[in-house]
Amino acid sequence: MNRTKLGAALMLSVAMAPAMSAAETLKIGILTTTSGPPAVLGEHARDGALLAAEQLGMVGGMETEILVVDAEGKPDVAAQKARELVERDEVDFVIGPIFSNVMGAIAGPVTESAFLLSPNAGPSVFAGEGCDPNLFVVAYQNDQMPTVIAKHMNDEGIGDAFILAPNYQAGKDSLNGFKSVFEGTVTSELYVQLGQLDYQAELAQIAAMQPSAVYAFLPGGMGVNFVKQYDQAGLKSIPLMTAFTVDETTLPAEQDAALGMLSGTNWSPSLDVPESLAFVEAFEAKYDYVPALYAAGGYDAMMLIDSAVKKVGSLDDMDALRAALEEADFASVRGKFSFSPNHFPIQNFYLAEAVQREDGKYATQIVETVWEDYADTYVDQCKM
Amino acid sequence: MFNLFLLQLLNGAQFGILLFLVAAGLTLVFGIMDFINLAHGVLYMVGAYLMATFAGMTGSYWFGLALALPATLVFGLVLEFLVFRRLYDRSHLDQVLATFGLILMLSEGVKILWGSAPLNVDMPALLSGSVPLAGPLQYPVYRIAVIAAGLASAVGLWALINHTRAGMLLRAGASNRPMVAALGVDISRLFMLVFAGGAMLAGFAGAIVAPILSVDPGMGESILILTFVVIVIGGVGSIRGAFLAAILVGVVDTVGRTFGPIWLRMVMDPAAASQTGRMVAPMLVYLLMAAVLFWSPTGLFGRKGAK
Amino acid sequence: MSTPATRTLAPRLSAALAIFVVMAAVPPLALALDDPFLMVIASRMLVFAIAALSLDLILGYGAMVSFGHAAYLGIGAYAVALGARWGVTDLLAQILLGMGMSAAFATVTGAISLRTRGVYFIMITLAFAQMAYFFFVAQSSLGGDDGVALQARSTLLGLPLEGDQTLYYTILGALVAIYAGLYRLTLSRFGRVLKGTRENALRMQAIGYRPFRYQLVAYVIAACLCSVAGVLLANLTEYVSPAYMSWHRSGELIVMLVFGGIGTLTGAVAGALVAVGLEELLAVFSEHWRLGFGLILVLVVLFSPDGLTGLMRRLGLRAPGLRNDGEGRGDD
Repeated sequence: MNRTKLGAALMLSVAMAPAMSAAETLKIGILTTTSGPPAVLGEHARDGALLAAEQLGMVGGMETEILVVDAEGKPDVAAQKARELVERDEVDFVIGPIFSNVMGAIAGPVTESAFLLSPNAGPSVFAGEGCDPNLFVVAYQNDQMPTVIAKHMNDEGIGDAFILAPNYQAGKDSLNGFKSVFEGTVTSELYVQLGQLDYQAELAQIAAMQPSAVYAFLPGGMGVNFVKQYDQAGLKSIPLMTAFTVDETTLPAEQDAALGMLSGTNWSPSLDVPESLAFVEAFEAKYDYVPALYAAGGYDAMMLIDSAVKKVGSLDDMDALRAALEEADFASVRGKFSFSPNHFPIQNFYLAEAVQREDGKYATQIVETVWEDYADTYVDQCKM
Repeated sequence: MFNLFLLQLLNGAQFGILLFLVAAGLTLVFGIMDFINLAHGVLYMVGAYLMATFAGMTGSYWFGLALALPATLVFGLVLEFLVFRRLYDRSHLDQVLATFGLILMLSEGVKILWGSAPLNVDMPALLSGSVPLAGPLQYPVYRIAVIAAGLASAVGLWALINHTRAGMLLRAGASNRPMVAALGVDISRLFMLVFAGGAMLAGFAGAIVAPILSVDPGMGESILILTFVVIVIGGVGSIRGAFLAAILVGVVDTVGRTFGPIWLRMVMDPAAASQTGRMVAPMLVYLLMAAVLFWSPTGLFGRKGAK
Repeated sequence: MSTPATRTLAPRLSAALAIFVVMAAVPPLALALDDPFLMVIASRMLVFAIAALSLDLILGYGAMVSFGHAAYLGIGAYAVALGARWGVTDLLAQILLGMGMSAAFATVTGAISLRTRGVYFIMITLAFAQMAYFFFVAQSSLGGDDGVALQARSTLLGLPLEGDQTLYYTILGALVAIYAGLYRLTLSRFGRVLKGTRENALRMQAIGYRPFRYQLVAYVIAACLCSVAGVLLANLTEYVSPAYMSWHRSGELIVMLVFGGIGTLTGAVAGALVAVGLEELLAVFSEHWRLGFGLILVLVVLFSPDGLTGLMRRLGLRAPGLRNDGEGRGDD
């Protein structure tokens, strides 16, 4: 509910408004979790979206009002705030959320009368049976990231892998996604506790088994703890490959412990696309930290809105706007980008390595393209 | 398999010692001053953040630690002066409400000052690396140092409370405050010292786990509940109880989640075993706590009729 | 403590009545202000007022500080999800289902928990709530920790609970009914035994009562009433997730209650309304709203021992009326 009117962008739009005689105001809500412990992902997405709006000045060529709202990480609070955005503030678009339990709570209320653009993935159900005409996932489908690592392991001829994830739905999906592509044998499949601090027990099992490689999906603080302890246990001779575990949100704490580790991703600050390089430079200049893929998701979501609104020229015709969104006719920081019929992206996926840049900051760097124009596998289940 | 079991026992004990370091200060403040301090986890977090800041500024782990400890002590004293000393005579519920408010304030304050991205603390060169155990198994030197620090704290606290004059006054003050005050002892100063000591212990715990765990705004909350589980199992106010309970929690958690599925598979079919294992593993410490309290309603070493 | 019931009765009741009348005026007011959203926020306030009220029965009157009360909020919410799955869409049937599930869980866990006292009781109730939480996290068919969206709101006696206004008055009706029921209960012999046990369990035993039975019954009643709040919360958000029963939520319920003042029922309602409202209000100003919220909690404790009811009393409002007959006593 933080009605932070976007300073620069708004002033700019007010100044230009008379000249353009824009009758309509484009209202966009940004609904991510920006308070409490897991705030960092939401801040990336928010800052990315705000940067795009600032650069555009008038998003979609219209006077723009942006409402930044905190989902607080609580599904019931988020559901209420989503309805508030849509019903009271009558926003045309909502960018958010980050967490899948919040997604489940807000998707219904938002898509009734506005478009929901997710800067991070939603649960797989939204790609399949639960797909919605007004829901666009700008980021990726969750299962795609582990398959990047599985494919890479296949390519490298790695015959056996030790895999682990937290004991919850996304963790289960991640390991299943990995196993659906991996051709070697999975020697051990471990579920750790959500929020687990100490991984000495798991590391002892890895050391005892000496697998050819380890795949881990441990987002946030869990990833930081695991990666540091993996390094300290002297296990780095066994390659650790991850998804959502080593990225720009966790690297500030992992630092040297993560150096050289490989992860699957759909974007990295090193991606050699002109839009992306410009975005990273502007982002770091403004916010003084290295953007992660969540920031890119937020930025792209705002750019997508801009392209669709410009194309239609009005906000009244939802069908026209939807058709324009589906075309994805914008300069994505990911280069080539289009939507599947279920409104999930078709894009490249990369293998990225954690490096220390010349300026001393830590970031991921793309090593190779693993999947080209990769669509998710749930699209057939989507009827719309 | 047997070697691995022994190693997991060791891992469990080591995790337990980590928990003990945080729990020790809480059980002291709780047991002696009868004060429920939910903000204890935040003090632990502040210790880690100060450590990260000072180690970053000085470029040295040891200087960082040397600065972070007095800093958390001062921080604890300031909090004591501003808030806590007004709460000692209040009901537990008022203490819960006020310290819950402090959690919100301090966590947000940490986020404003340091941002919400996790921070790094480098391990000192002296303690990095690992020592070989059996076969391919290795053990990080730093963790051996953490175990040593935990044991030293436990012994030190035990000696302080049971064998010094200050400890005697503390025990006396805890059981009969007006009597000790009547004997001319400045109780409020004594309590201030206990609180500051407890804060520094929490800060010390935060500072020395910073190189192994993530330093982020959620670290205080993630350990708070486990810490309470430990002191309740051990019996409030008992250092010995906290120590044993911490080891017990560490071992049950670690061994349970690694060997639990294997044992379950012996008595069930594999699919049911994995489903049950996934459901029961996160509950283990809570099951342990409920079981202990069922058999012994004041914890392992709690005073009978104690609060 | 021995304030005669007759003296506390009138002002305490009239304060509650005033709150209910004001809350009943919210929908027309929201309509007049052309801000239908006030109603949605107010609905949330009322739902949490029910939950805080149920907690007051055990915490305020029975001195049983449950740190796991949100479990019943969650169980109530899951009763809606399960009910909808089994074709039970009537609100009353779902409430019965939620109450049945809560009563079963509360009887077993309450009987075990009541062996302990003080902080041990706090922690053992937390332990059982965490077990319930992890149980629902592990239920993949109910979406695990992602939760599950409801297809539609429940029906009430065959009529759909459509529109925010219908739901709002349903919630308000439930709140008033529960308040009235608890009010009667606390003045009954049962309530007096409960309060007597809080003050001196030994004495109650000496005069022939078995406190355990009374405490357990109170614990089960509180659980059942809290599950009603859960059923309504699920209908309000049309979404159910284990997050409803996290320990944070249990802590928040205690905060609302102590914030308002324990052992008065009216304090529970006021505490929930003000706490939810404050969160809404502060979040408007800054993303760092937790800083301000925390500060207010600390200041209230430091300067107003009996929560908001104590504050009102000090400000001379309803002078001797809103007496906290717990005297801010906790679990001692």
